[in-house]
Amino acid sequence: MYIVTHRKFFYILSSLIIVVSIVVLALWGLKPGIDFKGGSLFEVTYPDGRPEKAHLEEALKPLEVDASVRPTRENGFIIRMKDLTLAEQGSVRTAVSFEGKQKIVEERFDTIGPLLGREALGKSFVAIALVILCIVIFITFAFRKVSEPVASWKYGIITIVALLHDVFIPTGAFAILGHYVGFEVDTLFVTALLVVLGFSVHDTIVVFDRVRENLRIAHETRNHKDFATIVGDSIQQTFVRSINTSLTTVIALVVLYFVGPEITKHFSLALLIGIVAGTYSSIFIGSPLLVTVEQWQKR
Amino acid sequence: MWKYRFGALILLVVAGFIGFFVYTTELPVITPGPTASSTPTITASSYAFKLGLDLKSGSHLVYRADTSKLNSGDIKGAMDSLREVIERRVNLFGVSEPIIQVEEGGVLGRGEERLIVELPGVTDLKEATDLIGKTPLLEFKLMNPAVANLPKEELAKKTMSEVFITTPLTGRFLEKTQLTFDRNTREPLVLLNFNSEGATLFAKITKENVGKPLSIFLDGVPISSPVIRQEITGGTATISGGFTPVEARDLSRNLNYGALPVPISLASTQTVGASLGDEATTAGVKAGVWSFAIIALFLVIWYRLPGLLATIALAIYVVLNLAIFKLIPVTLTAAGIAGFILSLGMAVDANILIFERMKEELKKGRVLHDAIQEGFHRAWTSIRDSNTSSIITAVILYYFASTPMIKGFALVFFIGVVTSMFTAITASRTLLKAVGAKGEGKFARFLFGSGIRS
Repeated sequence: MYIVTHRKFFYILSSLIIVVSIVVLALWGLKPGIDFKGGSLFEVTYPDGRPEKAHLEEALKPLEVDASVRPTRENGFIIRMKDLTLAEQGSVRTAVSFEGKQKIVEERFDTIGPLLGREALGKSFVAIALVILCIVIFITFAFRKVSEPVASWKYGIITIVALLHDVFIPTGAFAILGHYVGFEVDTLFVTALLVVLGFSVHDTIVVFDRVRENLRIAHETRNHKDFATIVGDSIQQTFVRSINTSLTTVIALVVLYFVGPEITKHFSLALLIGIVAGTYSSIFIGSPLLVTVEQWQKR
Repeated sequence: MWKYRFGALILLVVAGFIGFFVYTTELPVITPGPTASSTPTITASSYAFKLGLDLKSGSHLVYRADTSKLNSGDIKGAMDSLREVIERRVNLFGVSEPIIQVEEGGVLGRGEERLIVELPGVTDLKEATDLIGKTPLLEFKLMNPAVANLPKEELAKKTMSEVFITTPLTGRFLEKTQLTFDRNTREPLVLLNFNSEGATLFAKITKENVGKPLSIFLDGVPISSPVIRQEITGGTATISGGFTPVEARDLSRNLNYGALPVPISLASTQTVGASLGDEATTAGVKAGVWSFAIIALFLVIWYRLPGLLATIALAIYVVLNLAIFKLIPVTLTAAGIAGFILSLGMAVDANILIFERMKEELKKGRVLHDAIQEGFHRAWTSIRDSNTSSIITAVILYYFASTPMIKGFALVFFIGVVTSMFTAITASRTLLKAVGAKGEGKFARFLFGSGIRS
């Protein structure tokens, strides 16, 4: 009940976070990775100790490849460049090993043409839009028998509000991380967003399902509880479950972040932020919104 | 009761066998040599996990095929033969388990045609592209009638595409080639044998253009322009390009491996060195083991006996998934492993839903047996609806994946959601019922309780 009666507080809190996300997105934007804008990424390790960063930048300068160098792991660098031809890749390799004077191990060398990048970006937007659309249709369908006092399509619309909330928060977080620590947004980030969408709906559905059941019970027993009470009870009944499920998922992701491979670190971070936001929104935003909608209808 | 105990026993035995299968197929297969003293050969089992390029070394190349000169009806055939040609060529160089596939570009498909080439173990891009790039592009072109009568000086100013018009006849229609020598001049020649489709095309072109030169282009360069004297119906032609015998032999061999039916250009390349892939695999496996251990600990502490059974169900989930990855087979990528670990956390969701419901029913004063029954029954709609949304996400993600890494993730995620519905419900119900929940004493209630308090 507590959550439903104090819902204004949670609305304000969420609105604040979303406003901050929008502001940082407008100010700094996201840093697209090479899979979206095209370009090259060369990760190299120096087994005998890495040279000074400035030294390496100096060596790459005459090649005019717009290199940006960032140290990685113990002895390596990640070098980001424009989209290179095979011949250019060869000269970058020579420059990085200082004409063979320094031993290097090539960890990975990716080059993505700008056209493929634009296509990946387009696909990402279509995928996000399609997931949201399908989920709304599905919710409307799954809750089709619930029409009193709130119509089933409104459950769908409320889910979208909660979903947008869950997408804005990790996106805003990555805009901040991009600005301060240079985190890039790549296809894996979009994948994380899609998983967050699925997970968050998952959570919202569990609460909505309980509301559906409690409405039916109240109807059958002719118990005239008001809608706000039913929603409040439903949240309370599913509260431990929501927290526990998220907890096991968060455990898995925290382990993945700290123990897992370097390459999925940003991915697990995006998922972590999104899943925490998703759990929060399904308890504190999604279900209370049902009550708000019901009260609007009464007026 | 005994029925459930028997069921649980079968479940555990089957899971044990699947686990055994998963384990043994990861061991190297040692085939003894022909004699006792010869060295045995060691290979991986055919059911070993298939690792994506980001987990082992190799290169991933995306070629863009220029199909602008083809009729839309011919594109599919040309792309198929392009795939075959490259496949033959790659196999010739002994790359193990290469992947060569045709893909349609564009956000919603129907964009440009692409060829994806994955070469495990080949980290030298130059070597890889040479391997593919050396495939000759053979075309037959006619002189454009508009420029045919221009004087030589004028002609020199025109570009290649203004002077020549493309014919549908390409290296795609070759059956085999052979090195021969001209009977009179002893000049080395390459004899081309077209397949039946190619022979018909060749006959048609020669019939319609008697007296005109037909230029033979190799990799975009005209190498000879014999004048057509009469219709040629036999389906053979010779190229005389002033070759040395060695050049003619190489050309004949390269054409035999297959000539490219359409020009291709490199659109993106990715190479992964061996150490990065190994590191990612080890870290992924480690993360999986730790996640499992911590989740199991949490389940047992919070949900006690049902928690322990859920842990067993989760273990069954793990072996079942791994076995499915081997049987389909799913190519595991770093993102795929992350997806599997994520699904470990999500798989217990159904159990948590059921246990929380059971606890509620117990609180309402139901006997243990009924509480279990109700817990499973009532939680089902939630489990069904919430998993459907994850399945929707996984399917869309798979369809719109722009990299093999994401495709791998989507597939693993999908398999995980589907199997978790089985293990979390069927497996844990069988186990719970097998344990036999008749006790109504304090201890039994404690075992089935949850949280910090009783």
